[in-house]
Amino acid sequence: MSDPAADPAPKGGDIVRRHALPVRIWHWLNALSVFVMLMSGMMIFNAHPHLYWGRYGANFDHSWLDIGAGHIRIGPLTIPVPPPIGVVIHGRLFAFSPILTIPAHYDLAGARQWHFAFAWLLVVPGLLFAVWSLVRGHLRRDLAPRPAELRPRHMWHDIKDHARLRFPTGAAALRYNILQKLAYCAVLIVLLPGVVLSGLMLSPTMNAALPWLLALMGGRASARSIHFICAMGLAAFILVHLLMVLLAGPINEVRSMLSGRYRLPRERAE
Amino acid sequence: MISRRQLIGAAGAGAGGLLLSGCDKIAASPSVQALLEFGNAGTRLAQRAVTDRAALAPEYSGADMSPVFRVNGNATPRSSDYARLLAGRFADWRLQVSGLVAHPLSLSLQDIGHMPARTQITRHDCVEGWSAIGQWTGVPLRLILQQAGLSSRARYIVFRCADDFGGTPYYESIDLIDAFHPQTILAWAMNGRMLSVPHGAPLRLRVERQLGYKQAKYVMGVEAVESFAHIAGGKGGYWEDVSRYQWYAGI
Repeated sequence: MSDPAADPAPKGGDIVRRHALPVRIWHWLNALSVFVMLMSGMMIFNAHPHLYWGRYGANFDHSWLDIGAGHIRIGPLTIPVPPPIGVVIHGRLFAFSPILTIPAHYDLAGARQWHFAFAWLLVVPGLLFAVWSLVRGHLRRDLAPRPAELRPRHMWHDIKDHARLRFPTGAAALRYNILQKLAYCAVLIVLLPGVVLSGLMLSPTMNAALPWLLALMGGRASARSIHFICAMGLAAFILVHLLMVLLAGPINEVRSMLSGRYRLPRERAE
Repeated sequence: MISRRQLIGAAGAGAGGLLLSGCDKIAASPSVQALLEFGNAGTRLAQRAVTDRAALAPEYSGADMSPVFRVNGNATPRSSDYARLLAGRFADWRLQVSGLVAHPLSLSLQDIGHMPARTQITRHDCVEGWSAIGQWTGVPLRLILQQAGLSSRARYIVFRCADDFGGTPYYESIDLIDAFHPQTILAWAMNGRMLSVPHGAPLRLRVERQLGYKQAKYVMGVEAVESFAHIAGGKGGYWEDVSRYQWYAGI
């Protein structure tokens, strides 16, 4: 985001510089890698659509989540689900339909190749972005919530505005609002590190290299559950994120993430 | 007449089919395959770089063991030779140690049982995603390789197995880092009993820092080679040959 001090009192309708180049580059590399990771990850999950807690877990053990034909079971709850979840094609159960997966047919070996190759695209630019965010103050300046923003009254006000689809206008649109900040921080600080570290702990060699991290996760079956939960959290974020881009004006929003130039929304006539 | 519903369904299926075949076509192109191979080679090199050669896979206590250890792959070899060996309680079974060694060996189960043994409670991770914890007792592979006098030209150890899938014999291979790893054993006992047929009797490989398909069952031969390019499909293992599973299964 641009520094308001360098750009005094911009108002609605002005074109401003919004996203720094590293943010834009990382956003698109990350978008590509996260999509491939989610799609190939769903194919890998299809090979054994059961999740467990603890050090081990296989068919005879007690799972906490199963995806079956037309339903998901979470603990004692069985929830009917429509396609593309829990579909049966030529007698084979697909927890996630092939229309969602890479490759688009049952291919565990192929999905693993995609997953582990694109993991590099997730991790290497992610680490560079993390270092840049810390060093250049992106995290502190743009993403970290301020104490005033965390007051319940402010949060409630923001939630009401979001529910009414009243987005910030004019100079207020230069900054992320508190719900955006919390969502981005959850992705950057919890979900992305969580999905990477739990994913590493699914590797038997990395278990030998970092046994303390495996213990911290509560064992390999738990790491696999954590990996899945973080991935679903990222998928949920992406759905909301895309919806918000559509509602906030997709052309202006996508342009600002490509060129960095953003037209500040005009103030509403109250 | 085609109903509107049928038309929409057909259009949807057509568009979906195009999308699917499009994605799979991209995936099948040689340049994409090369890129994926590059990424996966990077994974192996990075894992080898950050993992100490002797770093041990986690070992567990008796209380952590799976109540039921799932059987995977073949539950019994179909060959008549194996049936004969099994009927004789493996008295006539011999492990052939061959290839790039100074002294080829032919070891009976008794010979192997008299060698120093290692017992370890470790986790078996199937490539599909499930895990089971069990106890294994066997001879460290390095002792057998040392007894046979491994040639300096040897780079891989190939395991020849008695089972097959549709007539294609199972085999696997590992490099010398894993072959000489302290937890790499040829196990003849599991959970305190002689190895059962479904789990690979009379002898199976345990290479604890890799996935389940590397844990060859029904091992009949250990062969030291310079390269596995000329063995079977050339990819170093049965699943590597038939399904493009990665030879390095540390991930």
